[in-house]
Amino acid sequence: MRHFLTGFALASALLAPCVASSAWAQHETAQDLLDGERAYRDRGCANCHGPNGDLIPGINFSAGQFRRPMTDAELSRIIRQGIPNIPMPATNVTEAQAGQIVAYLRSLAAGKAAVAITGDAARGKLVYDSKGNCASCHSVGGIGGRRGPDLSNVGQARRAPDLERALLDPKADVQPNHRYYRVVLQDGTTVTGWLLGHDTFNVRLIDGKEQLRSFAKSDLKSHGFVDTPMPSYKNTLTPQEIADIVSYLSSLRTAPAPTGGRGGQAK
Amino acid sequence: MRKFMLLRLVVILVLAAASLQAQVTYDRILAGVDKEPHNWLSYSGTPKNQRFSPLTQITTANVKNLQQAWIWQARSLEKFQATPIVVDGVMYTVEAPNNVVALDAATGRPFWQFNYTPAPEARACCGRVNRGVAILGNTLYLGTLDAHLIALDAKTGQQIWKSQVAVAKAGYSITHNPTVVKDKVIVGTGGGDGPIRGYIAAFDAKTGAEVWRFYTIPGPGEPGNDTWAGDSWKVGGVGVWNAGAYDPETNLVFFGTGNPAPDWDGSTRRGDNLYSDSVVALDADTGKLKWHYQFTPHDELDYDSTQVPVLADIQWQGKPRKVMLWANRNGVMYVLDRTTGEFLKGKPYVKTNWLDGFDAKGRPNRVKFPSKEGTAIYPHVHGGTNWAPPAFSPRTGLFYVATWENSGTFAVEGQFPRAIPGPNTRQTTMGATNLVPFYNDPDTGEAYGVVRAYDPQTLDQKWEFKLGDITWGGTLVTAGDVVFSGGRDGYFLALDARTGALLWKANVGGQINHAAMSYAVNGKQYIAINAGSSLFTYALP
Repeated sequence: MRHFLTGFALASALLAPCVASSAWAQHETAQDLLDGERAYRDRGCANCHGPNGDLIPGINFSAGQFRRPMTDAELSRIIRQGIPNIPMPATNVTEAQAGQIVAYLRSLAAGKAAVAITGDAARGKLVYDSKGNCASCHSVGGIGGRRGPDLSNVGQARRAPDLERALLDPKADVQPNHRYYRVVLQDGTTVTGWLLGHDTFNVRLIDGKEQLRSFAKSDLKSHGFVDTPMPSYKNTLTPQEIADIVSYLSSLRTAPAPTGGRGGQAK
Repeated sequence: MRKFMLLRLVVILVLAAASLQAQVTYDRILAGVDKEPHNWLSYSGTPKNQRFSPLTQITTANVKNLQQAWIWQARSLEKFQATPIVVDGVMYTVEAPNNVVALDAATGRPFWQFNYTPAPEARACCGRVNRGVAILGNTLYLGTLDAHLIALDAKTGQQIWKSQVAVAKAGYSITHNPTVVKDKVIVGTGGGDGPIRGYIAAFDAKTGAEVWRFYTIPGPGEPGNDTWAGDSWKVGGVGVWNAGAYDPETNLVFFGTGNPAPDWDGSTRRGDNLYSDSVVALDADTGKLKWHYQFTPHDELDYDSTQVPVLADIQWQGKPRKVMLWANRNGVMYVLDRTTGEFLKGKPYVKTNWLDGFDAKGRPNRVKFPSKEGTAIYPHVHGGTNWAPPAFSPRTGLFYVATWENSGTFAVEGQFPRAIPGPNTRQTTMGATNLVPFYNDPDTGEAYGVVRAYDPQTLDQKWEFKLGDITWGGTLVTAGDVVFSGGRDGYFLALDARTGALLWKANVGGQINHAAMSYAVNGKQYIAINAGSSLFTYALP
């Protein structure tokens, strides 16, 4: 399985510059990428965005996900000048350094995205709908269950290796906002569901019947996290089927939301 | 007791009438809430920073009846971190990053607003925030994100003068409230996560001219310069970004200092890196260093010591002693002699593993270091607490701190600290904590927020109230023996100052990113707290 993925990764990495349509990515050297990585780490980018660039919701450098599609020049300008009125600060990196950081970010996305092309997406959709029974809990484009995360944009949000791992070993790394929770009421009634909110006094979840439920902690006998109900497909799907389904999931990308009228002015 | 409360109310009313719209003299600031409990003339009530209100209208018995008095909504979506000051019925606060507003403290309706747009080169590392203004006479003082100090007419909001404190383009900023001492306004420079050389500077309150400057990193020939390898002192960071304290008996002004830079790679700055992660005691007239204590020598985990210094007079080993209480980001709580800087006691107050004790002078014995493979180090990079102000009650003798518990870091040499590897722990890394839902539960061993009371004489914990989320909120304690606090999950809480019992709560619907304060107008006591983008006040019906 691993060598299979690697082969596609290599092929795809060669194609990456075209896919990314990136001026820096077309001209950068390996040293540029190393320098870009170092600058990303040492110039404070990682402080907020995290080592993998995935700590801010809606932005995931590893998956090539930004607030909106951006050219290299736009990214470079943001790195140098910041974005007014949000915590993204200006920096004193040079234009060349900003270019190296952009190249590094592009390489992250190109390299990671490459792994996704491991199977056949059309075959993957068939597995998703039939043998995998994925739609019983997950929805795509509004069709499917609500007890698990909506997968309509999962190809943008998650990397192919992460998707593969989620299918083979789902308990290994559950997203913080995808966890399951169990509450036990005073009369012994147990309710388990996807945790939607949890604070000092209350717990909110969607239960197995897709009902939104809210509980005061003071009314509960006990409460706490439980393992995800997502099954492992390690022994129920073949490696090829896993590759196909990963390919299908990687293809699921919703169009970016409209950004308003010209100049950002609502009329 | 009831008679005492009535008497207190009469005193408040008389004081309110007598000081109506009067100039805020330095003597008034120095005494602060001790003489004018209805006012809140500086960041923490007095320059001692105890954040203790002597007002007694709201008590443990009646706090359950608190009702919302008014709300003022800021337009800014930045974190609302400013503590308001209140002068004779007028409240002054700051809408992030640098708009100052004067409100009727009884109704929340505005008198005026001063709008200021920081220069585009202003690039504070961690949010375009501001923690409040200072006042002297009829003048307000505002530190700006682009590292200027601005004087405003408190009656009109008109700018009187504007002085450059530091060069914003070089990475400097100001995010904290200035400290007024006599005829000077003292501020520190933020930006210490980048290659600056931080300093604290005093300005003439009337003219805005710089009077003295103290560099937080000693220059060549000065004691301590040899604690920085090579030229690393030139760019070693050490910002100052939180409130100072002042002790009139010794004429010392105290500030906590930030981390050395680069934050997580100490290889270029071998040595203790003085005066990073320290408290410095400066002569308020000259800026000369009188003493210092370094909490975390050669920090590689971003353990800024920019907490608010709290000055208290307590019994220490059977004798009265003038001390400084400090719950540090590094997970250790300290008692220092504030006259001499002598280390009296240090004790971890959250899960802490980077030290195993102190030498006789209080130098920590560090036992955990970042490594190539990664080392699990507690507390997390955000620390046991961060910058939100703690409180001390001279009535209960307890020190109140809002903290993060059970939160660690995986420290790899020269790299940004990460969450301890394992399921469901990534949300404790920086950035994510501010932006995504944060689920925690003691059963899972994850981090959680908690409000705790400590006995300064022993640093033993007396009580705690656990939160369902982490907290950037501080604490306020009142003479009604109520502690007010809250957290990121958007509840404003009233706790019994002696037991920690929950007495009242309000769902404020947004993150609490600062500590509450209290004041009175026309004999009515108010509690004010920022949550989300709004300022809420509460009072009895």
